[in-house]
Amino acid sequence: MTLAAPLSQPPRPVFRAEEVTRVYRTGAVEVRALRGISLNLYEGEMVVLLGASGSGKSTLLNILGGLDRPTGGRVFFRDTELTQASEAQLTAFRRAHVGFVFQFYNLVPSLTARENVALVTEIAANPMPPEEALERVGLGHRLHHFPAELSGGEQQRVAIARAIAKRPDVLLCDEPTGALDIATGAQVLEALHSVNRDLGTATVLITHNAVIQRIAHRVVVLADGRVVRDDPVTDRLQPSELSW
Amino acid sequence: MVGALDRKLLRDLRRIWAQALAIALVLGCGIMVLVGAQATLRTLDLTLAAYYDRARFADVFTTLKRAPRSVLEDVALIDGVAQVEGRIATLALVQVTGMSVPATGQVVSYAPEGAVLNLPALRRGRMPLPDRLDEVALSEPFAEVHGLVPGARLRVILGGELRELTVTGWVLSPEFVYALGPGSLMPDDRRFGILFMPERAVAAATDMVGAVNQISLRLMRDADARVVTAALDRILAPYGGTGAHDRERQQSHAFLTSEMHQLSAMSTYAPPVFLLVSAFLVNMVLGRLIALERPQIGLLKAVGYSTREIAWHYLKLALLIGVIGTGAGWAAGFWMADGMIGLYADYFRFPFVIRAANPSALVISATLGLAVAAMGGGRAVWQSVRLPAAEAMRPPAPALFSRGWLDRALEALRLRQTVVMIARSILRWPGRAAITLFGVSASVAVLVMSYFMFDSAALLGDSVFGAANRQDLTLGLMEPVGEAVLLDARALPGVLKVEPGYAIPARLVNGTAERLSAVQAHWEGATLARLVDDRGEAVALPPHGLVLPEKLAQVLKVGPGSWLEVELLSPPRETLRLPVTAVFAQGLGQEAHIAAPALFAALRSAPQVSHLHLALDANARAALDDRLATLPAVSGLIDWVEVQRQFDTLLEENLLTMVTIYTAIGMMIAVGVIYNAAQILLSERSYELATLRVLGFSRREVAFVLVGEMMLLTLIAIPVGWAMGTWLAQGMVSAVSTDIIQLPFAISRRTYAYAGIAAAVAAFGSVTLVRRRLDRIDLVSALKSRE
Ligand SMILES: Nc1ncnc2c1ncn2[C@@H]1O[C@H](COP(=O)(O)OP(=O)(O)OP(=O)(O)O)[C@@H](O)[C@H]1O
Ligand SMILES: [Mg+2]
Repeated sequence: MTLAAPLSQPPRPVFRAEEVTRVYRTGAVEVRALRGISLNLYEGEMVVLLGASGSGKSTLLNILGGLDRPTGGRVFFRDTELTQASEAQLTAFRRAHVGFVFQFYNLVPSLTARENVALVTEIAANPMPPEEALERVGLGHRLHHFPAELSGGEQQRVAIARAIAKRPDVLLCDEPTGALDIATGAQVLEALHSVNRDLGTATVLITHNAVIQRIAHRVVVLADGRVVRDDPVTDRLQPSELSW
Repeated sequence: MVGALDRKLLRDLRRIWAQALAIALVLGCGIMVLVGAQATLRTLDLTLAAYYDRARFADVFTTLKRAPRSVLEDVALIDGVAQVEGRIATLALVQVTGMSVPATGQVVSYAPEGAVLNLPALRRGRMPLPDRLDEVALSEPFAEVHGLVPGARLRVILGGELRELTVTGWVLSPEFVYALGPGSLMPDDRRFGILFMPERAVAAATDMVGAVNQISLRLMRDADARVVTAALDRILAPYGGTGAHDRERQQSHAFLTSEMHQLSAMSTYAPPVFLLVSAFLVNMVLGRLIALERPQIGLLKAVGYSTREIAWHYLKLALLIGVIGTGAGWAAGFWMADGMIGLYADYFRFPFVIRAANPSALVISATLGLAVAAMGGGRAVWQSVRLPAAEAMRPPAPALFSRGWLDRALEALRLRQTVVMIARSILRWPGRAAITLFGVSASVAVLVMSYFMFDSAALLGDSVFGAANRQDLTLGLMEPVGEAVLLDARALPGVLKVEPGYAIPARLVNGTAERLSAVQAHWEGATLARLVDDRGEAVALPPHGLVLPEKLAQVLKVGPGSWLEVELLSPPRETLRLPVTAVFAQGLGQEAHIAAPALFAALRSAPQVSHLHLALDANARAALDDRLATLPAVSGLIDWVEVQRQFDTLLEENLLTMVTIYTAIGMMIAVGVIYNAAQILLSERSYELATLRVLGFSRREVAFVLVGEMMLLTLIAIPVGWAMGTWLAQGMVSAVSTDIIQLPFAISRRTYAYAGIAAAVAAFGSVTLVRRRLDRIDLVSALKSRE
């Protein structure tokens, strides 16, 4: 059911990466983090990105999110070429279209849960109320708690609420469950899953946990800066059905 | 082992060099003022002492009407008198080419064998020969501005006659280091000069052969000046003595002393502010450095370094900053002293300058500099170094935010979240905010304290020129005369209005309290020369009794309703008993005032006039000057337009250099404080600020969190600084005021505004420097490194 909807129409790519390379230079040493990645991300799709440590997952995600620039190749967000955008345009792009979730939550410690979300809704064009965003991740009762007063899972869910509150077009998550235990991780995945399902937000999720791939529409595996596998998931599970 | 730690020390210092430098400069400013002012003071002290000693500057001075030379023998017999000098002094008008109005010359005679006391130092040419009636030596500054080299001719009205004199040489005298002409507010080398002439010439011109009208004494080492003065007054009473006084009331010396008080006040009031701020800054910066190095401290402990060794390691960093600040302060202090001594030497014309550092100031400043650094660093070091190794290696517990009433209040205000971040940052670390606030306030306070001097001077100028003296010209008469002189004066060319003036030297006595002063009579309806209070308001004179300035009333312990004995010290030399009917606030001047009818009724005489205040038609000025140059009854004149121009020029010249220096020093504090506070804020929160950028905040919006917090604290600090500065300025005023010079206290809105603006600009500039680092922050790596 859930799969059928986006596929019933000709799929429209949100992101289009063409032959993207990224070389880090530190002194005389060159690290080729990405060696020519071509990849599309479609509307409403949830993609899990797998790969060994150092395979280039974060690098790719950062480039898609406009936090970093590729050394070569081109990246499009819808019809806009991100690789041509100025610094200010990239900022505007992140502000309008992208929601980020990181392994270490990146909440502002001096703002409460509600305020952390409001931080983003205040500068967004068409946001949902912060309370609604927190309600979605099951934290409607924790509005006035500071990050230090919340558990890791709760903090990560605040981060998700903050990411989705502006109704972004894409949600980019870099190991959102990396610092959490299994049960808490499941709650976080549940939150991401429901956002993708209910709001149709295209989602990229990096993880080291291969089990998690089964909640996605598609799995992309990187190795040594290249895409080595790109397969649809045929037997999708709800996060609650995952057996760890 | 120690070697490794010391290398770390230097690396640490290199890492925070900009912050360390900012602190060292603040500390250095304080030490510069201390060392510079003290070295200048010491140089002035030594120079004056040596000058006075070599020139045999007298200890006691008195002026009298006329006494036979033989009285000097009686004076010499007073117990405690070492040397006596008698001479004739008078005023003369000096016609100088290039000046429409004659200059005033203070004529001083010297004995054929040369002066015994107050020896003039010959700078050029020679002294006039004892038997020459037409030779004169001039004070160097006066001669120099007018180019009156030896051999030049000079036309002088002396003793009512026009004489042509030949200049023989230039001299400097310890009595006229600060050479103030009659009625002047400041030395004016163009309009006032000293004329040294042989006794024979002066005596002949003034009809004083065999007589003297000025006596000065040098006392024995253990003599009591007050006893000698009293004895001298008794001897001279029959000869019209106007009361003897010691050096403290000798005009030139009193002004020099006041100048030195000012320096000393500056070196007392400014440095503590700088030192205190430096201590706080060292504390703040070292505290942050140590917080960052917590795990390393744990590691060092685990490896076996003792707590003391580690504490000493960080303390050395603080001391290093202290050493750099002190060194820089010394260097700048010597440079400042050099400049100031140069200025003084130029302005006052000492025949020689004995340069000296003040070793105790060096020791004190170094001790203070290191103590400040150690104190500031000590607290920060001790707190964290005591932690057990295991605890130190763990990251510090995150700052605990929890919701209080303040947070609810913040929510109710519906502020933007970035504003909430600023507010919370201030509220959660009130100690740090307080240091920043105090630092910026101190900066504002130092600026207020520096600028207000000019307000005081301007107020003085306003009251002297705007309210009290609206006349164009004041003529001093050789001797008081009847009111008929007003008609003669009215007939002079270009005179629009004439008002009478009368002043007579007097000793005011109330029981044991007494004071040498003068009584000034005021005519009703005077519009040119008026009595005004410290706000420039005219003081109405009651029909009877004396009106005293507050300070004088205090000294004499009298108030309205008390009675005073008034001994008039020149003819008619009566002693009057007069009631005090009013007391008023006055900035400058220590005379008693009285309505003219009341004074002359008490004297049972017709009204007398000792000087004339004139309002002039500017177009007819040349004609008037021509006439004045030849009027024998006029002993001196004050050209108020010229005096005001001089005053304004002096103020402006000082203003430019002093304001530049003060502003730089004052702003330095704000720079040091804000730069460090912003740097620390950035180092603690770069992770958070980078997150904001990731979330789509623009550079400007993110910078707002940093700049906003600093500028908010600055804005709060400014009024606090105004209050602190006002308080410091009051302290300065009372420290600077001497018996005969009171600085009026005034701080203009402009001063407050400039001080606030200067501090705000300094703060903004410093935070902008730090903001540039924030702009360059690499988002991806900022997200990777969890502090
Ligand atoms: N700033 C950088 N400078 C130099 N090399 C870098 C930098 N960032 C990443 N790399 C290198 O690029 C390669 C890819 O890094 P990336 O962070 O994308 O890997 P990853 O797949 O996210 O790994 P992990 O699963 O450990 O997070 C690695 O070899 C890494 O060392
Ligand atoms: Mg990664």
